[in-house]
Amino acid sequence: MQESPKYWKGIEELENSPEFIKNAMTEFADFLPVKETHGTTDASVAPRRDFLKLMGFGLAAATLASCEAPIKKAIPYLNKPEEVDPSIANFYASTFFNGQDYNAVLVKTREGRPIKLEGNPESPVTGGGLSARAQAAVLSLYDGARLQHFTKKGQKIATDQLDQEVRAALAGAGRVAIVSPTIISPSTKKVINEFAARFGGAEHVMYDVNSASALLRANGGVLPAYDFSKADVIVGIGADFLGTWISPVEYARQYVVNRKVSSERRAMSKHYQFETNMSLTGSNADVRESMKPSEMGAAVVALYNAITGGGAASGSKKVAQAAADLRRAGSRGLVVSGSNDMGIQTLVAAINQQLGSAAVDTANPSYVRQGDDARMARLIKDIIAGQVGAVIFYHANPVFDHPMGEALGKALEAGKVKTTISLNDRLDETGKRCLYAAPDHHFMESWNDYEPKRGYLSMAQPVITPLFATRQAQDSFLTWAGSPTTYYNYLRQQWQGLLGAGNFAQAWDKVVHDGVARGSALPTPAAQIEGPMDVNSAMAALRGNKGGGIELAIYEKIGVGNGTNANNPWLQELPDPISKATWGNYVTVPRAYAMEQKWEQGDVVKVTANGHSVQLPVLIQPGQAAGTIGIAIGYGRQDAGKVANDIGANVLPLAAMRNGVISFTTAVQIEATGTQSPIAQTQTHHTIMDREQVVQVASLKQYQENPKEVTEYEKVATPDGLEAPDKVSLWQDYEYKNHHWGMAIDLNSCIGCGSCVVGCQAENNVAVVGKQEVINRREMHWMRIDRYYSSDASREDFEEKGKLDTYAAMEDPSANPSVIFQPMMCQHCNHAPCETVCPVLATTHSSEGLNQMTYNRCVGTRYCANNCPYKVRRFNWFSYYTNEKFETVNGHMFTDLGRMVLNPDVTVRARGVMEKCSLCVQRIQLGKLEAKKEKRRPRDGEIVSACAQSCPTQAIVFGDMRDPESRLSQLLRREDGERAFHALSSINVQPNITYLTKIRNTDQLDFNV
Amino acid sequence: MDSIRLRSLSRLFLALLLFFVSFGSAVAQGAATAAGEVGSSKNPSEVGVTPGTVAAAAPAAAAGATTADPAAIAAGDALFKGNCAQCHAVNDVVVGPALGGITKRRPMSWIIPWIKNSSKLVASGDDYAVKIYNQYQKQQMPSFQLSDAEITSIVAYITSEEGKTTVPTGIAAGAGATTVVDGTDAANGEASSSMNILLIVLVVVLIVLVVTLVIIANIMKDVLRGRKDLDGRDVEQMEQRFDFSKIYKSTAVRGIVGAVFVLAVLYETIQGAMGVGLTQGYQPTQPIAFSHKLHAGENQINCAYCHTSVYKAKSANIPSPNICMNCHSQIKTESPEIKKIYRAIERKQPIQWVRVHNLPDLAYFNHSQHTQVGGLECQTCHGPIQNMEVVYQYSALTMGWCINCHRETPLNTKGNGYYDNLVKLHDTKNGAVPFTVSSNGGTECSKCHY
Repeated sequence: MQESPKYWKGIEELENSPEFIKNAMTEFADFLPVKETHGTTDASVAPRRDFLKLMGFGLAAATLASCEAPIKKAIPYLNKPEEVDPSIANFYASTFFNGQDYNAVLVKTREGRPIKLEGNPESPVTGGGLSARAQAAVLSLYDGARLQHFTKKGQKIATDQLDQEVRAALAGAGRVAIVSPTIISPSTKKVINEFAARFGGAEHVMYDVNSASALLRANGGVLPAYDFSKADVIVGIGADFLGTWISPVEYARQYVVNRKVSSERRAMSKHYQFETNMSLTGSNADVRESMKPSEMGAAVVALYNAITGGGAASGSKKVAQAAADLRRAGSRGLVVSGSNDMGIQTLVAAINQQLGSAAVDTANPSYVRQGDDARMARLIKDIIAGQVGAVIFYHANPVFDHPMGEALGKALEAGKVKTTISLNDRLDETGKRCLYAAPDHHFMESWNDYEPKRGYLSMAQPVITPLFATRQAQDSFLTWAGSPTTYYNYLRQQWQGLLGAGNFAQAWDKVVHDGVARGSALPTPAAQIEGPMDVNSAMAALRGNKGGGIELAIYEKIGVGNGTNANNPWLQELPDPISKATWGNYVTVPRAYAMEQKWEQGDVVKVTANGHSVQLPVLIQPGQAAGTIGIAIGYGRQDAGKVANDIGANVLPLAAMRNGVISFTTAVQIEATGTQSPIAQTQTHHTIMDREQVVQVASLKQYQENPKEVTEYEKVATPDGLEAPDKVSLWQDYEYKNHHWGMAIDLNSCIGCGSCVVGCQAENNVAVVGKQEVINRREMHWMRIDRYYSSDASREDFEEKGKLDTYAAMEDPSANPSVIFQPMMCQHCNHAPCETVCPVLATTHSSEGLNQMTYNRCVGTRYCANNCPYKVRRFNWFSYYTNEKFETVNGHMFTDLGRMVLNPDVTVRARGVMEKCSLCVQRIQLGKLEAKKEKRRPRDGEIVSACAQSCPTQAIVFGDMRDPESRLSQLLRREDGERAFHALSSINVQPNITYLTKIRNTDQLDFNV
Repeated sequence: MDSIRLRSLSRLFLALLLFFVSFGSAVAQGAATAAGEVGSSKNPSEVGVTPGTVAAAAPAAAAGATTADPAAIAAGDALFKGNCAQCHAVNDVVVGPALGGITKRRPMSWIIPWIKNSSKLVASGDDYAVKIYNQYQKQQMPSFQLSDAEITSIVAYITSEEGKTTVPTGIAAGAGATTVVDGTDAANGEASSSMNILLIVLVVVLIVLVVTLVIIANIMKDVLRGRKDLDGRDVEQMEQRFDFSKIYKSTAVRGIVGAVFVLAVLYETIQGAMGVGLTQGYQPTQPIAFSHKLHAGENQINCAYCHTSVYKAKSANIPSPNICMNCHSQIKTESPEIKKIYRAIERKQPIQWVRVHNLPDLAYFNHSQHTQVGGLECQTCHGPIQNMEVVYQYSALTMGWCINCHRETPLNTKGNGYYDNLVKLHDTKNGAVPFTVSSNGGTECSKCHY
C-alpha cells in the first residue's frame, strides 16, 4: 500500500490562507473585469444601451463589409528554389548556443522562415530533447528590438564607413581587448586569434555570467565531462544540473537512464542533493537537505574525510549517509558542485578522483564553460584605469551581467576606452555605451561550427536570409583584420582539414545535413591565470569560512537564464518549475523566517550587500534553507527590449569577487520596505479535487517488494461490491477502428524542466498574456506542469497520533518537502464532461479518440471549462493579437515580422472562444497523410506531439493505442496494474492520457531518513 | 349572398396565386436540381473518384516485354505522375513523345540509361537518341534519379495503359468529364428552350383571345346601342363599368398583396444572408491574361506541370516565372502578356496574381489528400478549367458543399495499405453501405478545423 502522503500545491494551501480558501471554495475564478485588465468600477461596466448600440452598429457594419470580399493576392516565388514547396516544412540541422546553453537542433522552416526548433535526434550530446530556452530561441529571431543596422553613437552608419573608421581606430589603439562569453566554435576562435594577432596580440577575455571558474581551476583549467548515466550514486552540492548547470539537457538525458524503472528493472540511481535554494535538481532528488552556503564547505569536508579517511562523516545524518553510499558505489559514484568556491570545487574534484568515478572524464572535457573570472576582473580594472585602447564586446554584456558592471558602465561612459565596439544583437546595456555597433546575425542566419565536448562537433547553417542589415560577427572580424575571405569560405577551409582527404563536397554536405559530426578542432583552452588549490589549503579555507546572518544564494532560473534571452516573452511567461512564478524575480525566503518577520508573499524587501541593494517582493519558498534567501539573475534589464525592460531587479552587483572568482553567495542585510508588489504565480490557480487521485508516488522499496502494490486504484461502490470505476458507465463506449491516440507520462522521468510548455506554445500559437493577466488567472498555456509539495504525514497518523498532532506534524516538513511534477494538459477523456455540456457542439469526440475543439463553432459559454475536472481549458478573454494591452508582451502577433513565427497550420484563436490542447492534431493529420500518400500505415514514432518531441528525458510517450506494437501500447501493457493510472480515475472520464506512478529511491516516503 | 360570393372569389384568387407561385418555384427548383446533379453528384462519382490506378489495374495490358505485376503498375503509376506526366502522355504527344509502345520501339537496355541521363546518351552519338532529340526541338529531357526497378515499373505502367481510348492523364480524363457536363448542359438547355416556346405560344394565344373577346364585346355593345327598345335598366346594365376601386379597397386583396410582399422580402433577405461571403463565380481580372483554355485545354499540359506541388502538398502552388520560362523562353516571346513575365523577372518583382479560391483561415484544406490519396481530378472542384479563358470559382466552397461530398464519396481505398484493415472491418460489419469519407471520420470537426 501507499503511505498516502499528503500533497499540497502551495504554501497557501498548507496555511489555508484566506485567499486560498476563497479560491478553493469557489473553484472557479470570480468575476474579473474584462474591459480593464485591472481595477473595476461601475463605470467600467458597459451599460446595456451601449451594448445594443454597438450590436446594431456591428450588425450593420458586418453586413456592409460582407458585400464585397477583399481582394487577396497569391504571390508565387519569382524563382522557386527547388527544395522549397509552399506548405511543406523543411528541417535544417543547426546548433543553439545562446546564453551558454548548448543544444543541437533541427530548425523547422515553412516557406523559408523558421517556425520551430526541435532537438536533433542524431546528436550524441543532447539527443532529441531540447531545453525551454532553445525552444524559445525561434521567437528571438523575430525580435523587433534587435538592432537592424550598424550604428555609431546610436546613429545609423553605412557599413563601409564603419569598417573604415574601425580599422583606423584599431590600428592606433594600443591595447585591444575582445570580451565574449565562452566560445565553443573552433573556427570562430581561430578567426578571433588571427584578428588578435593582427592587432598586436589583442587579448581575448571570456567570462561566464553563471561562472564555473572555480570548477575549471580545480580541474586544471578544463571542465570535466560528466556522464550521469554512469553513476549509481549522485551527490549534488548546490549543482542544479537538471535545470541550469553547465549542460542541463545533456545531463538530464543521462540522469534518467538510471531513473527509469520497470518490473524487470527495479533499480534506480540514488540522488542526494545538498543545496540552499530549492532547485529543479533538488526537487528531483531522493534525499535532499537544505543548508546555508557557509555550511556547504563543512559538508564537503565531511564527505571528503569520510571517503578518504574511511571514518564516519562528521556532518549531518544525510551527509553521512551520502558518504556511505558513495563509498559503496566506488567508481559508480559521482559528486558535482555548482558552487563557485575554490575550496569546495577542489575537494569535490579530489573526492571524484578518490572514488575513481567513471562518470567524470577530464581527458575529453566539456568546453561550454571557459570563462576566467580573474582575467575578466583584471580587464575591467584595466579599463577603469584607462589602460585599454579598444574593446570589442562580442555577445558580451558585462555592464549588465558582471558584478562590476556598474563601474565598467561608468568607465565606458566617461570615455576611458577610446574605441568601443559592440557586436551584440541589440543596443543593450553595454552596446549603448559603445561608440560603434556592428550587430551580429542571429544564429539562424549564420554559418558556424561548435565543439561542446572534445570529439563532438556540430554545425549551424543559415535557415533564413538575414532579416536586417546585420553582419555575421566573424565576418566583421575578418573584414577588420583585412582578410578578403568570407567566414563561410573560412569555415569550409577549416573543415577541409577536419574532414580529411576524400570527397570534401560530399563530406561537407553530410556534416551540414546531419548537423553533428565526430572530431576535434578546438585548441586546448588557455590556462586560468590563477592556478589550482591544493586539498589542504582548500580544507583550511573551508574551515575558516564562518557564515553569519542571512546569506544570499544567487541562482539562475530555467526560463530567463542569465538574461541574454530576457526579451523573449515565452521565457518570461514560462512558470518557474518550483515557485511557479512568471514575469520577474523575487526573494525566496523560508517560511519560518517570513513568519518571524511577519512578511507575507509579495511584501517588498530591500536586500543589501557589497554596497548595492535590490528591492524585490518576497516569495515564501518551501525547501529554502533556514537563514538564507535566494534571488535569480537575468532580470532587471534596462535595454533589452520592451518585453524585458524593468522587469525584476539585477542581483549581480550584490555578488563579490572571492579568491579570484565571483562568489554567488554572500551575507546580506535585509529589511522590509512596507510596500507590496504582487508576484504573478500560476500556482494555486487550478485547484483540483483531491490530490491522492491525481498524483501517485511510492518508494523504491515498495516497488521492489511488489510492483503491483505501488499504485492505488480507486474503486466505486456498486450493487455487486467494489468495482473499478470504468465498469459502471452512463455512456456508450466509442469504438476506435482506425487510430486511438494517447499519451503516457512517466512521472519518474519527468524532471519538470518546462521544455514541453514552451514547445507547445511554439507549436500551437499560444498567446502570451503578461503579468497582470497571469495574476488574474488567465494564462493561456495549453500545457502546464503542476508541482506538488508533500508532507510526510500519512493517513494512519490520524488514528495513531490524533488529529491535532497530525495536522501539526504535517507542517513540519514544509521546510524541506518532497516535490512531484505532473505535466497536465487536456486528458482527451473518452467520456468527456466538457462534450456533454457544450450547447453548440463546439467540443466533440473524434473517431480517433481526440477531444476536438472547434473554435469557429464556439460561442464562449465556458460551460466546458467549468465542467472540466482537470481545468485545462483556456478562454480567450481578449484579442491577444490586436488589443493594445498585449502589444508589449504578445508583440510578435502584432507585427508582420513577429507573425512569421506563427505556425501556419494552427489557427490563431479569436476573442471569446475556448481553446485547449488538441494533442497536436495538425501533426497527427500530417503524419497520417504522409502514410496515406505512401500507401502504408503510419509508423510508430513518426507522429509525435510537440511536448513528447521536446522532452529531454522522454517522459512523454505519444502513440497509437490501436497499434499493438507501438511503444505506447507496449508500455501500457507492461505497466497495466503496476504504475499506470489515470488522474481522477474515480470520476470515470476515462482519459486517453495515462500517468505512471513516481518511484523515489527511498525506503519510505520520508525525507528524514 | 354578396359576401359569400365575395369570399369564394377571394378564395379563388388565393388558390390561383398559390398555384402560380408554387408552379414558378417548382420550375425554378427543377432547374436548380438539374444543375446540381450535373455539378455535384455526377462529377465525383463517375469521373472524379476513379483514379488512374484503378484503370491501370484492369487487365487491358500485359503485351510488352515487362511483367504486368499490378503492384509494379501501381508503383509505376505514382512514379509516372510524379516524374513523367509533366511532359509525356502514354498515347499522346505532349511536350515529349507519346510513350505508348515504347517497349516495341526500344529495348529496356536503351530506355534505362536514357531516363537516367538522356544528354549523355545524346552526346555519345546514339542514333535514335539524336533523332529523338532533334525531332523534339532539341528540348533536353532532364535526368532522373530513378532506380532500374522504378524505371521498369514505370514502363510496366505505360505498357498497361497502351491503346486505351480514355487517356489516363489528369487533363484528358477531365476533358472527358467536361463532355459529360456539356452534354447535360445541352439537354438541359433544350428542355428550357422548348418550355420558353410553349410559354410564348400560350401568351400569344391568350392575347389573341382577349383581343377577340374585347372586339366581340364592343360589336355587341354597338349592336345593342343601335336598338331602341331597351329600357333604362338595360341601358344601365349595358353602360355599367367595372369598379376597380372595389378591388383596391378589398381587405382580402390588400391582405394577399401585403403577405406576398412580406414573403418576398423575407425570401430575398434569407437568400441574401445565406449568400454573404459566397463568391461562387468570382472571376477577377488577373495581371497577366493567362488562359487555362489554351494551356490546359488545347495544349493539354498536365496540371501538375505548373502546379508542381498539387500531388504532394497542402497548397497546389501557383507557378513561379521560372516554370513559365521552361517554354516561354522560346515560345511566343513577342507577346505583350509574356513580356510582363520577362519584366517581372528583370525587375525582381514577383507577379501578384489575384487569388480566386479563398477558404477562410479557419478551414484547413490539403490538395494532396484529395488528389494523391483521394484520386480526385482537378475538375471535380475547379470545374471545366480547361475551358476557362479566365479562371472563375466554379464550386461554392461552402462547408455544406465540402460535407456533402464527404458524405457521398466512397473512399479511394484500392491499393492503399493504409486502408486495408479498415475496408475489411467495414465490409464485415456493414458491407452494404459504401465506405464513404465520412464513415471514416471525414466529417469530424478537427479534420479540417484546428
